[in-house]
Amino acid sequence: MTALESPAKPAGTSAPSPTSRRGRRRATALAPRDKLVLGLMLGIPSLVHLGLVWVPALGSVALSFSSWDGIGGFEDIEWVGFGNYVDIFTRYPRFWPALRHNLIWLLFLLVVPTVAGLLLAVLLDRQLRFGRIYQSALYLPMVLSLALVGFIWQLIYQPEQGLLNNVLGTAAADPVNWLGDPDINLYAVLVAAGWRHTGYIMLLYLAGLKAVDPALKEAAALDGANAWQTFFRVTFPVLKPVNVVVLVVTVIEGLRAFDIVYVINKGRNGLELLSVLVTDNIIGESSRIGWGSALAVVLLLISLGFIVTYLFQVFREEERA
Amino acid sequence: MTRFSAPTHPLLGRRALLRAIVAGAGIAAVPGLAACGSDAGGATDTVTFGNNASDQVPKDAITAALKAFEGESGLKVAINTKQHEQYQEQINNYLQGKPDDVLAWFAGYRMRFFAEKGLTGDLSEVWSKVSGGYEPALKEASTGTDGKQYLIPFTQYPWGVFYRKSVWQQRGYEVPKTLDELVSLSTRMKSDGLVPIAFAQKQGWPAMGTFDQLNFRINGYRFHVDLMAGKEDWQSPKVREVFDTWKRLLPLHQENALGREWQEAAQAVQQGKAGMYLLGSFIAQQFKGEEEDLDFFPYPEINPEHGQDTVEAPIDGYMAARKPANPEGAKKLLEYLAAPAAQLLYTKADSGVIATSNKADTSGYNSLQKKAAQVIKEAAHITQFLDRDTDPRFASDAATNGLNAFIQNPDDLDSILKGMADQAKTIFSE
Repeated sequence: MTALESPAKPAGTSAPSPTSRRGRRRATALAPRDKLVLGLMLGIPSLVHLGLVWVPALGSVALSFSSWDGIGGFEDIEWVGFGNYVDIFTRYPRFWPALRHNLIWLLFLLVVPTVAGLLLAVLLDRQLRFGRIYQSALYLPMVLSLALVGFIWQLIYQPEQGLLNNVLGTAAADPVNWLGDPDINLYAVLVAAGWRHTGYIMLLYLAGLKAVDPALKEAAALDGANAWQTFFRVTFPVLKPVNVVVLVVTVIEGLRAFDIVYVINKGRNGLELLSVLVTDNIIGESSRIGWGSALAVVLLLISLGFIVTYLFQVFREEERA
Repeated sequence: MTRFSAPTHPLLGRRALLRAIVAGAGIAAVPGLAACGSDAGGATDTVTFGNNASDQVPKDAITAALKAFEGESGLKVAINTKQHEQYQEQINNYLQGKPDDVLAWFAGYRMRFFAEKGLTGDLSEVWSKVSGGYEPALKEASTGTDGKQYLIPFTQYPWGVFYRKSVWQQRGYEVPKTLDELVSLSTRMKSDGLVPIAFAQKQGWPAMGTFDQLNFRINGYRFHVDLMAGKEDWQSPKVREVFDTWKRLLPLHQENALGREWQEAAQAVQQGKAGMYLLGSFIAQQFKGEEEDLDFFPYPEINPEHGQDTVEAPIDGYMAARKPANPEGAKKLLEYLAAPAAQLLYTKADSGVIATSNKADTSGYNSLQKKAAQVIKEAAHITQFLDRDTDPRFASDAATNGLNAFIQNPDDLDSILKGMADQAKTIFSE
């Protein structure tokens, strides 16, 4: 804020007088035109934000206490209190698997693509020959939409004609049904999702690594640190801002996962995710708006859990600094 | 945050930025949903037509029928075609927006649901003119809970067990009359190296057909209707018996059904790899040019009390919008669609279905259509289909996923049936 206020300062404080209270109310010193501009610049985005984020979010929370088929107006909505939540937790067979799959998804993305992406970034940072080509090739999947990734991997996982079973030599005799077997299909899909996510993480880390001052590494080397020590004690801590970005990106990616399972089998049979359940109940021939909203609120609460923890961390560190 | 100052960008002045923001807000405010439905309303010489027949064969067939109407009536028909599954998914918003004057839909509970909400037009007046052309069962399937009619039946198709005549002749197989005969025939097919019963459930609905057949063969038509209406318990011994029978038959079905679409299963029969397939007669789409070699029989008797008295024969038809832009034109078009001539124009192009009018001249049918007409005519009771006879909220989620879970793990029957029963109770009490 001070940056915006500072240009106005000289006008208001050029002739400081001890009795004047103007100095304390610097904001009023802004020219009317500036106030208008400032008001618009803050007001319009705030309104857009309010209308597109907060109103729908709070609307979903409110609707989650209702039973409504989406037909007619507000007067047709019947309020059922926590009924939807109770039913979802106790009677909806798809809920717990979906929740479990979402958490597995999150955990997998946090571990595998992050580690793989960091490794690839470190390797590419060493100025390999053809580095640019590797870099582009590894980043390429990120350009594709997850739905398209789903199509591509369906071709690979196809039991009889698919690439994987033919490479393994199991296509003819006893083909593994990678996407049809509910015990393994989640992991098969995670490999596909991870394949795409790794390139993204790699690029983020690569950008971070490029920004690391080589003098730091030199200094570490002069102090007798080996490559491992240099990386873990010097480079990695310097990458901290990137780590935070990676964490946030991964959590978002993990919780909003939807398109890839939807193109594969509409999120049934081992590929249930909360986002799929929300869609199934809200969109369709007859919707259960209240039920779907309650599921969406559960997803919102999980996201909030991560976001609040993260913000807590950030604020605490800022205070310390 | 105070560390960053805001340097003024040379290219992005305050005014430009403001303009951009206002433009952005303007775009966000454009109501995207209002674009649904048709805008051709108002004109009295045009009737709008919501069409869900998106595959080439049915689409050409309905277009031909509508062309003939244009010539006959002097009205223009604006056809608005949507992909078949998408049409169903969007029907809710479509009907609440500005639907076309005449629109495709299905008979049974699925029609009543929307009629009850007042989302479609009362067609009793049209029905009073055309009712002579329909059997009472068709009228009943078109009638809402308030006793008024909301649908004009157009075509119909039976479900049955389909097979290739040539394959069966060559191997000397005979049509089974009872469940035991079906089992022994299947066992024979297995030893002959065939998959006895082709099976697919990737789309989430074909296995409902198997459940329906077993259910009304074991428990009868009345129980089917009551179970679908939420008046019977999914955990009752009667439902249990259906699944126990199915469980016994599952090893005779094609494996990995959840990863297969019905078209692929039909191909297995077409290629002679599978012996038979329980499906609707739309299976003919996969037998282009070989329809004459395709035959079927009604599902064999299980409980002698009910015999083979019920046939599953879903009715496709047309409804009117609640407030059609051209009410007179819509009525004319619906009357035309109820007439045998229009239906025969359609069935000629799409041989997987038959006309619903009892005045339709069946001499032009191929052998499959003739048999379909005969089987439907002889049936004491007609059912629609699980997802047309029950609340769509139950069908799309609880039923689909319950059947999938059963096919995957038949031994989990207790928890699956409890899940279905619990959800049925929640949905039908809402």
